[in-house]
Amino acid sequence: MKCQFCEKPATFHITELTDPGGPQVMHFCEEHAKGFLHKEASPPMTAIASALAKQLGQVGDDLEELDQKECPVCGISFFEFRNSGRLGCPYDYTHFESDLRPLLINVHDSTEHIGKRPTRSAGTADSLAKMIGLRREMEEAIEREDYERASEIRDELKAMEDPIAPKSTESDTTS
Amino acid sequence: MKRDADFDKLARYTGQWMRGEGPESDIVISTRIRLARNLADFPFIRRCSDEDRLSIERTVRARMESLTDNNWSAAQYVDLEPLSEIDRQLLVERQLISREIAEADGSRAVAFDAAEGYSVMVNEEDHLRIQVMKSGLDIKNTWEQVNRIDDMLEEVILYAFHPRYGYLTACPTNVGTGLRVSVMLHLPALVITEQMDRVFRSMQRINVTVRGLYGEGSQYTGDFYQVSNQITLGHTEADLLALVGEEVAPRIIEYERKARESLLKNNRDDLHDEVSRAMGILNTARKISSEETMHHLSKIRLGISMGLIDQLDVKVINQLFLQSQSAHLQKLQGRILGRAERHARRASFLQHHLAGKGDTTWN
Repeated sequence: MKCQFCEKPATFHITELTDPGGPQVMHFCEEHAKGFLHKEASPPMTAIASALAKQLGQVGDDLEELDQKECPVCGISFFEFRNSGRLGCPYDYTHFESDLRPLLINVHDSTEHIGKRPTRSAGTADSLAKMIGLRREMEEAIEREDYERASEIRDELKAMEDPIAPKSTESDTTS
Repeated sequence: MKRDADFDKLARYTGQWMRGEGPESDIVISTRIRLARNLADFPFIRRCSDEDRLSIERTVRARMESLTDNNWSAAQYVDLEPLSEIDRQLLVERQLISREIAEADGSRAVAFDAAEGYSVMVNEEDHLRIQVMKSGLDIKNTWEQVNRIDDMLEEVILYAFHPRYGYLTACPTNVGTGLRVSVMLHLPALVITEQMDRVFRSMQRINVTVRGLYGEGSQYTGDFYQVSNQITLGHTEADLLALVGEEVAPRIIEYERKARESLLKNNRDDLHDEVSRAMGILNTARKISSEETMHHLSKIRLGISMGLIDQLDVKVINQLFLQSQSAHLQKLQGRILGRAERHARRASFLQHHLAGKGDTTWN
């Protein structure tokens, strides 16, 4: 038997148990087995792919429209997320919220975090988006050698980050 | 933080979590807990420009350096980008970094302590992956330490956190707590008695992932399985820790104990034969692959736990599991070895250590 990823003989046989259809047996050579096993315990792609498949079965014709939806902050499209299983920025959880919620229910059976909370918070989703936008603007300013503007933005970012600075207190309210 | 990691020295030692100590250490190799965290003001890694990555790495390093905690200031900080492939591989074999971050491009780094009890990866799939590892089944202490590191980093780094969805992660399977607790189990008796399928089936319904590495038919088996929580959202950290540490792991440990007892009672001679043969091969082979080594070391480890081998310490076996891997062998040899050379070098390395001639050095 050959490895699933290359021409070498498959010497490792791994059973994956996250598949809803039952255990899935995979065959790898030593190198690819190591790669597979060093990944996180729960293979996100399997879980996401199956949850998305379930969800998209319900979306039907709207899928094309959904796929084209893009995050205004990082520019990732839903299609790209669907293909990679990875989101582009924290704001995606807000921008794609209604599309992600069924996925979260499929994967976690919940949409509500009840665990640990940081003692200081970046505040609203909007302020997170603003910070990422500002950071990008700062990089652009540096690139065109507008150091005055860059340092203004740096101060603004610092004020948003610093919990003692007055600006961040208003952003502590939750959305 | 120190920035002068000596990889030749590192290869000669074994991290504390491989001591083979702690609760249930005859069956549980290690407990590992990791937290996924992201900085609030950057895109996730996938949408980061090279500048973003560099900026994240520099920001995190500077903030870590500002910490005054004593344990922290003794940590090693290793920039992974300029590192040779073999040194990155060495860190992978020691489980200080993931294979993904080893093989990725761009700015990325890892911070870890001298005892290798914790490591923080920078620019993995998430901006930060904080992990703590301990020997044996030790959920409470592992969690306390990882939680403390998280609190400490949170003082200086603003995390991406959503009031409803919790800690925001690049992959929605990690969102919420960002917590993955994994217990690595050695289950040779369940494999020999062909009961692993039953264990797998019983775990499926309870939001736990069991993943194993095993051979079929004539292939080699290592008998190691990792149990971890599958979900991260909608439960408290305490619930997730209890699920793996109090419900699932103890149950599998009990199954394995029963299988070992039954083997001793009903098949003692067969078992003793198998263990002795494993010892015989490792003591006499002239060349050997890492898979075959793992298979035989697993049997020897079982033999030690069951009192069938008394002249060997499980620490030595754990050390051999680590140091017989490719990057370690090459670091210890001081040069790059081809495949055939590695197999020959591995065989002589194993013989030397099994004969009690090697140093067992603990960090």
